[in-house]
Formats: sequence, structure tokens, C-alpha cells
Amino acid sequence: MDPRAGAVGVSALWNYVTDNLGLIGERTLQHIAISGASLGIALVVALPLGLWLGHTGRGALIAVNSSNIGRALPSLALIALFLGVFGLSNTTTIVALAALGIPPILTNAYTGVREVDRDVVEAARGMGMRGSQILRDVELPLAAPVILAGVRTSAVQIVATATLGAVIAGGGLGRFITDGFAVHDTAQILTGAITVALLSIATELSLGGLEHAVTPAGLRVRRGGPAPPRLSAADQVTEVA
Amino acid sequence: MSPGDPYFDWDWTFRHLDDIWVQLYNHLFLTVLAVGIGFVISLPLALLVVRRRALYAPVTSAAGILYTIPSLALFALLVPIPGFGFSVKTAEVGLVSYTLLILIRNIAAGLDSVADDVREAAVGMGYSPAQLLFKVELPLALPVIVAGLRVATVTTIGLVTVTSLIGVENLGQLILDGINRLFNTPLVIGAVLSIALAIAADLALLGGQRLIAPWTRVRGRSA
Repeated sequence: MDPRAGAVGVSALWNYVTDNLGLIGERTLQHIAISGASLGIALVVALPLGLWLGHTGRGALIAVNSSNIGRALPSLALIALFLGVFGLSNTTTIVALAALGIPPILTNAYTGVREVDRDVVEAARGMGMRGSQILRDVELPLAAPVILAGVRTSAVQIVATATLGAVIAGGGLGRFITDGFAVHDTAQILTGAITVALLSIATELSLGGLEHAVTPAGLRVRRGGPAPPRLSAADQVTEVA
Repeated sequence: MSPGDPYFDWDWTFRHLDDIWVQLYNHLFLTVLAVGIGFVISLPLALLVVRRRALYAPVTSAAGILYTIPSLALFALLVPIPGFGFSVKTAEVGLVSYTLLILIRNIAAGLDSVADDVREAAVGMGYSPAQLLFKVELPLALPVIVAGLRVATVTTIGLVTVTSLIGVENLGQLILDGINRLFNTPLVIGAVLSIALAIAADLALLGGQRLIAPWTRVRGRSA
């Protein structure tokens, strides 16, 4: 093995990146646009449904199990199945990603609202609040951290899986990887891989920060208490790469 | 036949049954290997973070960052490394790294769910640390550990399809073949079989748990 391979790789990568800054920017924006559209659709479908199911306590089976079913759908298979409907286009990617993004939001919106202390809801009702007021002013704020955790899971999954959109000739950062594989261009492969990895991590961290910001102060104290919290079932992973 | 036909071609399917069978077997093999190796790495790490609680956050954060990297990007990062390339080894290293977060968190949560009273009773009865682990803690943690194994297995089955993009043979190859030729039949077979495999593996693990730990049947949790 050439001992200088690493060094050559780095300079080749640098050259590729500096030569293609415009393309990298363009595909990054494309990646964000595809992911944003998918997340938007997923939110519009899953959030009202999850909140309503949680508020009324109906449809527990669907709401809770949808993430389990969602996990069993391999992302590449899902994109492939929508290919038959929408053809080789970004629409296929967007619809498939939206379908992939719905379960975590639905499950967490349902669970978040359901887990709000029933005494608090009863107190609100006793104070004369209507159902919609309870949902908006009591359940929603208290459930916000759990709901946003679902949105974060969904968003990271969407940004990550948007990479696969390149396989069906769609846009996004995955193109650098698939094109790089095709012509055995390591610099191009690494450019795509590193950029999309950073984008995913940035999505995770920024939405994690938002989650912390919307956590009501009263709930935050419990989390950061002096004793390290025992690990609970809530700690179990619900995301998929 | 013309490419892009919407219908399902049974003729093609019967002519390629051997090939489909081999890809299904490859898919299962890659999955079992990845989850198996992942478990062997995760068990000691989980034991460590449960005993040294301060290590929990750094270990799971590191595994979490690995988990956040898109699968195709992770494989792409590994491919240029000398000795990796477009190989099963590259696929397995990537697949194993995705199981770590799920397995470490669930094994740790399982061990943590064992009541202190039970632990103290076992120690009082003269159990050695190893006996305590294998005869008390692990059996009691089994439902949560199996829940983790189920999530890891189902997730891995999905990710294996992506390894077809680095040339690894599995059901994903049928999907790619379908995409490249705009031919629905292999695409649908690959997609449907990988989903079916995920569901079957999930049920098999749940069944296995009930077989070796019948006491979990009533209060057994699923992921």
C-alpha cells in the first residue's frame, strides 16, 4: 500500500472541494429542499392526527405501532416501491421520505399528549376550559418536548435517507456518492459522504437544541436533577438511520 | 416485454427463483452476522456504562453520532480505506456500527431495570459477581434486551438493502436491478421480501424470547 495514499487523498479531496464549491452548495440546497418538503408533508399529515388521537385517546394501536411498522419498511425498498407510481424523479423521493417520516411524529405526538398528567387535564377541565383549549394551552405545551423529539427523529431520518434519492437519478448530496462510485473517484465520494454526514449531525443537534428550548422549565428541573436518572424504557432507541 | 410494464411478471419470477433464494439467504446471513457482532461488542460496553454511570453519556453520544451518519455516507467513508473497498467487510463494519446505539442502550436499560432488592438478595445468598450477572441480572433483563435485538435486527435488514450500492449481494441487488432496468418485478420482489424478512425476524425473536423466558409472556414489553 502506498504510504502517501492518505496524504494524496487529502489533497485530491481539497482540490475537488475547491473546484466544485458551486455544485456542492447547489446539491446541499437541493438536499435541504427535498428533505424540507418531505418533513413538511409528514408534519401536516402526522401532527394533527397524532395530537387528535392523543387528545381523544383513540387509535392507540395505530399510533403506537406505526413506528414499529415504519421501521420494518427498508428505506431503499420504500423509494423503489414509489418509483412505480411517480417514476424517476425527486417527487418519488419526497413522497417516500414523507411516508418514512410520518411514523415517529405520529407516535410521539400521540404518546406525548397521552402522557400529560390526567390530573392536570382534569384540573383544566374543572376550570372550564374547552377541549380545544385544553389541547392548545395544556396538553400541547406539556407534550412539546416529546413531540419535538419525534420531529427530530423524523427529520434526521429524512435527511439521511434523502441521500438514497440519488439512486433513482434524483438530486441531493447522494449524487456525489453514486457518481463517485460509478467513476471510482474517491474525492467525489468523500465530498458527498462528509457533507451529508455533517448535514445530518447538524439537523440532529439543532433540533435537539430546539427540543431543549421548548421544554417547560418545570419539566427541565426533573431531568437535570442531582442524581443521575435511572435508565428507563423511554431511553430505548426509536430512531432508524 | 417492454421495460416499465406495471404488472408483475410471474414467468420471470419462476425462472429466477434460485437467484432470489440466494439473495434472501445472503440478506439473512449479513443481518445475523452484523447483529451478532454488534451484540458481542455492546454487551461489555453496556455492562461498563451501567457500573460506571459517568461513562453512559459519552459512550451513547459516540454511538449516537455514528447512528446519525446516513448509511450510504458511512459506507462511502469506509470504501476508500485500504483493505475495505466494495466488500462485505465494509458492509459489515457499517452495519455493526448502526446496531451499537440500539443494543448498548437497551442492554443497559435492561440491566438497570433489575431491582436492587433482587441483586442484594442474590449477593446475600452468596452469588459471585459472575453468577449474579448470568443467573439473575441477564435473565431478568431479557425482555428489554430482546426488545433491543428486535429493533436492531429489523433496522439492519433495512440497511442491508443499502449495501447493494457498494456491490454486496443481497435482496437490495434485486431492487437495484429493477431500478436500473425500469423493470418492476425484481424491484417488487426485493422490496417485499426484505419487508417480509424484517417482520419474520421480529416475530421469530419475540417467539424465541417467550420460549426461553416464558415468565416474560405476561409483562413482556415490545420495542
